[in-house]
Amino acid sequence: MNDWIPIASLEDIPRQGCRIVELEHDDMLNRIAVFRTVTDHIHAVRDKCPHRGGPLSQGIVHGGQVTCPLHSWKIDLASGEAVLPDKGCARTYATKVEGGRVYLRVAQA
Amino acid sequence: MSRMKLVLVGNGMAGIRTLEELLKAAPEQYDITVFGDEPHPNYNRIMLSPVLAGEQTVEQIILNGRDWYAAHGITLHTGKRVVKIDRTRRVVEADDGDGGKIIAGYDRLLLATGSKPFILPVPGADLEGVVGFRDIADVERMIEASTSHRHAVVIGGGLLGLEAANGLKARGMEVSVVHIAPWLLERQLDEPAARLLQQSLEAKGLKFLLEKQTAEILPASLSPSPSPEGGGEQRVGALRFKDGTEVPADLVVMAVGIRPNTALAESAGLLCNRGLVVTDTLQSATDPRIYAVGECVSHRGVAYGLVAPLFEQAKVCANHLAEHGVARYQGSLTSTKLKVTGIDLFSAGDFMGGQDTESLVFSDAAAGTYKKLVIKDNKLVGACIYGDTIDGTWYFDLLREGTDISQFRKTILFGQHHLGDSGHGPAERVAALPDTAEICGCNGVCKGTIVAAIRDLKLFTLDEVKAHTKASASCGSCTGLVEAVLAHTVGGNYSAAPSKKPLCKCTEHSHDDVIAAIRDQELKSMDAVFQALEWSTPDGCATCRPAVNYYLLARWPAEYQDDAQSRFINERAHGNIQKDGSFSVVPRMWGGLTNPRELRAIADVAEKFKVPEVKVTGGQRIDLFGVKKEDLPAMWKDLSDAGFVSGHAYGKALRTVKTCVGSQWCRFGTQDSTGLGVKLEQLTWGSWMPHKFKLAVSGCPRNCAEATIKDFGVVCVESGYELHVGGNGGIKVRVTDLLCRVETEAQVMEYCGAYTQLYREEAHYLERTAPWVERVGLNHIKAKIVDDAAGRAALYERFKFGQQFAQIDPWKERAEGTAAHEFQPIRIVANPVPA
Ligand code: SRM
Ligand SMILES: Cc1cc2nc3c(=O)[nH]c(=O)nc-3n(C[C@H](O)[C@H](O)[C@H](O)COP(=O)(O)OP(=O)(O)OC[C@H]3O[C@@H](n4cnc5c(N)ncnc54)[C@H](O)[C@@H]3O)c2cc1C
Ligand code: SF4
Ligand code: FES
Repeated sequence: MNDWIPIASLEDIPRQGCRIVELEHDDMLNRIAVFRTVTDHIHAVRDKCPHRGGPLSQGIVHGGQVTCPLHSWKIDLASGEAVLPDKGCARTYATKVEGGRVYLRVAQA
Repeated sequence: MSRMKLVLVGNGMAGIRTLEELLKAAPEQYDITVFGDEPHPNYNRIMLSPVLAGEQTVEQIILNGRDWYAAHGITLHTGKRVVKIDRTRRVVEADDGDGGKIIAGYDRLLLATGSKPFILPVPGADLEGVVGFRDIADVERMIEASTSHRHAVVIGGGLLGLEAANGLKARGMEVSVVHIAPWLLERQLDEPAARLLQQSLEAKGLKFLLEKQTAEILPASLSPSPSPEGGGEQRVGALRFKDGTEVPADLVVMAVGIRPNTALAESAGLLCNRGLVVTDTLQSATDPRIYAVGECVSHRGVAYGLVAPLFEQAKVCANHLAEHGVARYQGSLTSTKLKVTGIDLFSAGDFMGGQDTESLVFSDAAAGTYKKLVIKDNKLVGACIYGDTIDGTWYFDLLREGTDISQFRKTILFGQHHLGDSGHGPAERVAALPDTAEICGCNGVCKGTIVAAIRDLKLFTLDEVKAHTKASASCGSCTGLVEAVLAHTVGGNYSAAPSKKPLCKCTEHSHDDVIAAIRDQELKSMDAVFQALEWSTPDGCATCRPAVNYYLLARWPAEYQDDAQSRFINERAHGNIQKDGSFSVVPRMWGGLTNPRELRAIADVAEKFKVPEVKVTGGQRIDLFGVKKEDLPAMWKDLSDAGFVSGHAYGKALRTVKTCVGSQWCRFGTQDSTGLGVKLEQLTWGSWMPHKFKLAVSGCPRNCAEATIKDFGVVCVESGYELHVGGNGGIKVRVTDLLCRVETEAQVMEYCGAYTQLYREEAHYLERTAPWVERVGLNHIKAKIVDDAAGRAALYERFKFGQQFAQIDPWKERAEGTAAHEFQPIRIVANPVPA
């Protein structure tokens, strides 16, 4: 089953930055934040902070974390978990980079 | 791969705190073994006072139960005293209590053996009923005595002695406190404050015997009955002083001081000198494998006896045990409070003062309040407060940071709320608040939530309370209240007091260190800064990156390439993010002036982009709210075509220049305030600052443009212009200070540019001019801007130089395609999930 979606080339995503992927399917709009860390790791996280739904895509990326722009929760990009002492989890999606292209997999619900 | 072995001797507050920090930093690094000679798991020694007073139970003060050790795979030996360290074989040897031994090998050894109460070497000191006040066993002995005996004598009128006396009184005993000095707490209070304290303690029923020296402790002569166990030990009966007088005593508590517990370290040949001597990395001076923290150590000749500095040591020590190796412990300033319910005192620094200091004193004996502040060279060097201590933390901050107080010297005695801070009340008020009272208005945190978090999560410091509850984590105006709740809930004074404040958790360096390094070592990139200053994280965090980015930009305007990824979203996207993720757009309206053509252009974009709300701001311009991020570049293009530039309403940058109508129309106007405002805005727009920066020009002293609450305000007068600095109309209102008067518009421009540049070069990132002026002092600013004409001209030149690179409209650039990825999502319309 090949459900990897090519979304962009690596260069399209700024280092220590993010692009929003808007995925429209089944009449649903799913906003996914695709981050690129300083070490060029790619992580995909639902663009909704577990705190009050802030747009994580707009935060500052540092190490393997992003700091939410609204109230500064830190979210671990690999797991989607809020960094202690805050508690909560944002959904994550699998990604891979092949031949300079970034792929995203939106697993079956 | 086998893990390294870490052995901790001393299951007390400093040692376990070090392990907690270590487990946070490097959870997998060591196999850990802990020896403690008390039979209990780690508990909060500070709370022994409330336990003695019957306000808390032993169970309530356990910090880490046995399950905590188990959960972290720590081998715990309680009731086992380590008696020997073999440094060659690297093993420790403990007494198992049954004549046997427990041996444990180590790669790293951590000594945290605390201290011991000092027992006066007088005859009778070994009688039954003579105790120290240090651990649970001591407290149990005291409680036991209170049930069967009547007279207690506490030797020592220091913090510990008074807390013991208060507790025993609460247990129903008759208590006398014997003290050698002429007044109580002579290390914390001056005489007038101590007298007030003594009066309130006497009102609670305590007796004081001052200037008395104990000569001998006498056995209970009337009942020389040997104890039932047949040990023949005799119980204490009275105390005799040097002057021959006596008092009855069935219990004697020695609280005359503590001695670092270094017997074990000494026997192992480690250098000790009133404490086990350690370096700034908390390694023993003798053996680098052996670390030490807590009351048993001597650091730069100082042995601390309060937890706040010990916790700082713990943090640094853990950093080295985790082999991160960047932290340094450089000593702490401490302040003290007494944990006797209903009594508030605070003291810090050199509260007695001397020949070269001045004292400000406020005393109201009837109300039971007393305040003394000691000042040297316009800086606070000591404070001693009795009664209303709510401002203690504020004074402590002023003292620690060496703030110049000359500007508010007249009102400093009356506390911080006299500087315009609202909402702070006396500590008792906090105590009296119901649990539902809201403490933090920004985050909606109630008192009950904070108290519960402190209790349940065993929080000690303001930072921890901030992290766990978010109280005082936003605007910070409730910090004083949160600290009051903390102090009230935990009793003691835990506010950690680092000698300097690191910029963030990624570094030990302060803002000033970073600014100086960028300047002096000519560091011109973020990586260069992180390397030169040994950052502990690869690419910083959301606190330091924006700060360092700003410092680099301010110092090297021509060379440094701004790093968009190190800016908060507002500055990266050049608009204010709203709670729903949309943005607001505020075009610049020079000096608040506009015309029909501009208004029509704004109306057109508002309609074209279906802007949900148009509002006139408090800064004399128009805000378009609720714009979708994707629409921003197109909207900016229309505005740009109509001649607008960004208003930087989102930036740590020049915001607005408010003006009034001035001499053009107003019958009172003395100068063209509107025209001058426009010129100032054209001079300063686009410039990045440590924080936002607002200007205003009023045409006469009626001051309709509110120039005296701005970062830089001009008030026009007949003879010229008054220049005002350091005002703020926000969270904490601060009226400006008068910098000087000048005669011409050209001078206003030069002074404004020079002052702005000084602020840009010297202030800390996120420090507005009001706190900056208070920190460095108006005199410093006058010296650089008013007195030094050449320096002023140079600052002005540097400002104008930087402006060449700053005054490029970011909206126009983005309308033309810069950073398009920031605004365009990747859109995929499909059904990628197979049905
Ligand atoms: C739009 C405006 C309110 C209005 O409808 O009038 C406004 C809106 C915000 N202010 Fe303000 N302030 C506005 C004038 C003011 C004023 C009045 C003034 O400038 O004369 C003040 C008090 C004066 C002062 O700053 O000294 C003011 C003191 C603050 C403060 C407290 C600053 C302080 O140092 O204490 C904050 C919080 C901060 O900056 O950290 C703040 C923050 C904010 C933020 C940025 C909150 C945020 O972080 O999202 C608001 C953004 C709304 C948005 O999306 O645009 N705003 N704010 C005003 C914009 C003026 C402009 O044209 O640029
Ligand atoms: C009643 C009281 C009230 C206090 N109030 C305050 C306050 O309000 N604010 C404040 O900041 N500070 C207060 N303090 C001081 C604070 O409790 C100490 O500074 C702190 O506990 C010191 O921590 P430590 O780890 O160095 O020593 P401790 O906490 O004493 O821990 C040392 C441990 O090592 C054990 N030990 C020693 N030698 C050996 C050995 N050879 N083998 C095995 N175990 C050994 C000891 O039994 C002890 O359990 C108070 C102290 C007391 C006693
Ligand atoms: S506009 Fe200013 S005062 Fe109004 S809610 Fe926002 S920050 Fe608070
Ligand atoms: S919404 Fe993310 S921190 Fe509040």
